[in-house]
Amino acid sequence: MTEFLDAVFNHTFMFYALLTGILASIACGVVGTYVVARRITYIAGGIAHSVLGGMGLAYYLSVVHNLTWLQPLHGAVVAALASAVTIALAGLYFKEREDTVIGAIWAIGMAVGIIFIAQTPGYNENLMSYLFGNILMVSLGDLWLIAALDALVLVVGFLFHKQIAAVCFDEEFARVRGVNVQFFYLLLLCLTALTVVILTTVVGIVMVIAFLTLPVAIAGFFTGKLWQTMVLATLLSIFFMTFGLAISYSPDLPAGATIIILAGLTYLAVTAYKAARKFRRS
Amino acid sequence: MDKKAIIEIENLSFSYDGTNVLENVNLTIGEKDFVWIVGPNGGGKTTLLKLILGLLSPTKGSVRVFGTSPQQARTQIGYMPQYAQLDPSFPVSVLDVVLMGRLCKGQFFGPFKRGDRKIALEMLREVGLAEFADRHYASLSGGQQRRLLIARALASRPELLILDEPTANLDLLVVRELYELLHRLNKQFTIVMVSHDPAFVAQTVKNVICVNRRVAVHPTTEVGDEIMSELYHGQVRMVRHGHSAGEEK
Repeated sequence: MTEFLDAVFNHTFMFYALLTGILASIACGVVGTYVVARRITYIAGGIAHSVLGGMGLAYYLSVVHNLTWLQPLHGAVVAALASAVTIALAGLYFKEREDTVIGAIWAIGMAVGIIFIAQTPGYNENLMSYLFGNILMVSLGDLWLIAALDALVLVVGFLFHKQIAAVCFDEEFARVRGVNVQFFYLLLLCLTALTVVILTTVVGIVMVIAFLTLPVAIAGFFTGKLWQTMVLATLLSIFFMTFGLAISYSPDLPAGATIIILAGLTYLAVTAYKAARKFRRS
Repeated sequence: MDKKAIIEIENLSFSYDGTNVLENVNLTIGEKDFVWIVGPNGGGKTTLLKLILGLLSPTKGSVRVFGTSPQQARTQIGYMPQYAQLDPSFPVSVLDVVLMGRLCKGQFFGPFKRGDRKIALEMLREVGLAEFADRHYASLSGGQQRRLLIARALASRPELLILDEPTANLDLLVVRELYELLHRLNKQFTIVMVSHDPAFVAQTVKNVICVNRRVAVHPTTEVGDEIMSELYHGQVRMVRHGHSAGEEK
């Protein structure tokens, strides 16, 4: 542990990594709570995987057309938002086949990403870090972008929490109360998209859903209110990020995977404890 | 009748995917009325409610609520949707659910104000749930959850209450309590309700509206308890026999 603290204070990459983890936790706690409450984890999964398409395209353009300012993270933001809008429209006009549309976006995004990465000349070690995350590679530019996305998520969440919560709980009632249900559902999906992008930098595309849901699920055992769930999930998430990073440092384990295992085991332990108590009581 | 008309429906038809759900409906609901809507499943009860709420638009004819379009009248309507479509384990507190009723009255940005909370607490008291304000929605019993949804409908300070099956899947004792509450609320509000409990409704409501593609209105004073239950079970036949739809006797 001292070794880890040492690294945080002496190596910028470790300091950035820790800061990314904490920033990601905030968006994760807030938006994850909506996602779990509204039961749209599958949508979050679709958006997460479509992100690879944007990353691959941005990477291809930056290498082949020499657009050095273009980062994979930029492509990720665009792809995530585009998927969110498409899924929202599908939900509106194509309700009965919404899951098929999500599945298609999920797979097409991955396919586009793989093709562009394969077409990019040079040795591509990037694919692995996109898929499984590499928090130690976060640059200062990435950090600023993540901070900006975080701020956006928090501001929108604060300004429109009551509308988003109402749309999640009871869409029809919200509509009668004059809430623009379509708009706020789209807004929720866009917030989800931005959060997914932030989390991708930490745990990668494949494990995003786990991190969006596990802290919220654990928090849900202890509280039954939206804002309390948000705060508790954020704190839990910060805990997992920090300790996962610390545990992974000395043995040089992949940080994202370590964080997920820590969160997953905690979730299973809490679930087992609750189940055991219920069993004893009955 | 010289009562103020709250809901006026004229020559309304509604069709979905080419099939007529409602045909040539004429209906007037007056101030402080307590109207019970009955009919078989798929007969168009919920569709009629949604037309009054402006969630659907009529294919033909018109709906006017408080003398204006349903969309504009919404601020004065308190609505309780079908309970079954809510997620029973949704992480939300009792007070937060009632506050949702303040959505169009409160401000657009930011959290609810103290005034909204005060009104929400008042409405919880009205339905007898004041001490549960801080509890988790899922921890309430079925009957309490229904009361909560009524409080939420009241929170917008409406003049008209529209309830879609407020008593579905409740035991008789709870249903009776709920009707006592509605009976009390009817002194202040016009109430339109879809329900499946003929015995209790008969003691409470003033008018019965039979909906099975066509609509017929009966005042309960002219329909005794026994006829009521017969009406409930045999409404399809009775409607076919052709009441003059929409004329209040």
